[in-house]
Amino acid sequence: MEQRTDKNSYTIIFAIGMVLIVGALLAFLASSLKPIITENERLEKQQNILYAMGVNANEGTSATFVSTDEAPKLFDQYIKKQIEVQGGKVVENDQAYLIDVKKQQANAKNGGVRKLPLFVGEKDGKTFYIAPIRGKGLWDAIWAYVALDENMVVQGAYFDHKGETPGLGANIKQRFFMDDFIGEHLLSNGAFKGINVAKGNADPKNNDKTDNEVDAIAGATITGDGVTAMIKKDLKLYLPYFETLKGN
Amino acid sequence: MGKDSRLILDPLADNNPITIQVLGICSALAITAELEASIVMSISVLFVLGIGNVVISLMRNIIPSKIRIIVQLIVVATLVIIVDLVLKAFAYELSKTLSVFVGLIITNCIIMGRFEAFALGNSPWRSFLDGIGNALGYGVILIIVGFFRELLGSGTLLGIPVLGDPIEKTGLYAFGYENNGFMLLSPMALIVVGIIIWVQRSRNKALIED
Repeated sequence: MEQRTDKNSYTIIFAIGMVLIVGALLAFLASSLKPIITENERLEKQQNILYAMGVNANEGTSATFVSTDEAPKLFDQYIKKQIEVQGGKVVENDQAYLIDVKKQQANAKNGGVRKLPLFVGEKDGKTFYIAPIRGKGLWDAIWAYVALDENMVVQGAYFDHKGETPGLGANIKQRFFMDDFIGEHLLSNGAFKGINVAKGNADPKNNDKTDNEVDAIAGATITGDGVTAMIKKDLKLYLPYFETLKGN
Repeated sequence: MGKDSRLILDPLADNNPITIQVLGICSALAITAELEASIVMSISVLFVLGIGNVVISLMRNIIPSKIRIIVQLIVVATLVIIVDLVLKAFAYELSKTLSVFVGLIITNCIIMGRFEAFALGNSPWRSFLDGIGNALGYGVILIIVGFFRELLGSGTLLGIPVLGDPIEKTGLYAFGYENNGFMLLSPMALIVVGIIIWVQRSRNKALIED
């Protein structure tokens, strides 16, 4: 005799029931947890920005953020101004750190104006300009917060990724990679050149800070190229703003 | 020795999911460049396979055989997404470390393989033990491969330099030793797994197939 579970009608009803139950369960979980997750992401952005300008809890060789409890307080303390660069205009916006770079990139692609958020921080009398940038790695998105001085010399950087290979591309968020960027010049003879994540680099200890190069990670060529491209493309957009700084 | 304990012990050696059943190779290649990633992945699979096997086993009498593979996929994907969401809300830091593994867990053939081969025909308790056993067997190989790849490829273990500093030329590097960058690339994971298979079968001739 044919088993009950082999019938077509049973199969269809089972499939519909399963989809409904699983769909409802996941939708319920996702929407009820969303406020907590959004808050976590907001705090993380603050931690990232602070990290880039050197406000962090680094010890030894691992990258450590300030704690989530302290982040909002420190953020208010160190970040003096948040601005939005739109074309030639500069607008102050104290929520600029919540601007979604991904959405702005899509905006620009569709012919719209891309808002470029920039955070002006001050620490020990020094001014930092921190820019969020975003690009593509091997598997998925990569992004970074780069702290610059008036001459577009990197003062600190925080890289992160969505799904790069652990042990290879994922190492862009390790200190040995991020710290290499500190002191590197984005400009070369006044023109924007970016920073090349270079293989076969003649300067593995990274003593030469004006060569527009840092040492690549072995086995992570595509991720490294993604970092190079992201810096070249997104940080270049800030060049006009930095040129106005020099004029003053 | 009871039958139940064999469910745990067999997959550790003579019926190992990677070296004997040759399942889960994809993730073994992808994430074993570092010992830490291997350990995280092993724990994640232990969790998902243990619970997934029980869920499938509880549903085994009502799953229509025609769409059982799809049902299995849905169960494992749902489990993984729930875990991911809960971690994102309550253990954000941990969730960031694990996010890379989510996709790899869903597509891990060991999970589908054990659902199909064991959980669909056995009681929840036995399925649970089978899941734990296979996940441990998988983890053992992952950790062995991760150990050698990180040690020989980067000269570190769990991120801590153990052979000296390759740039400052201290420790072993003072004698001309170099890290083997090739170990970091995926093909070397296959070769290490191959060596493990070779060693295992040469010690236990019963495992050799014609």
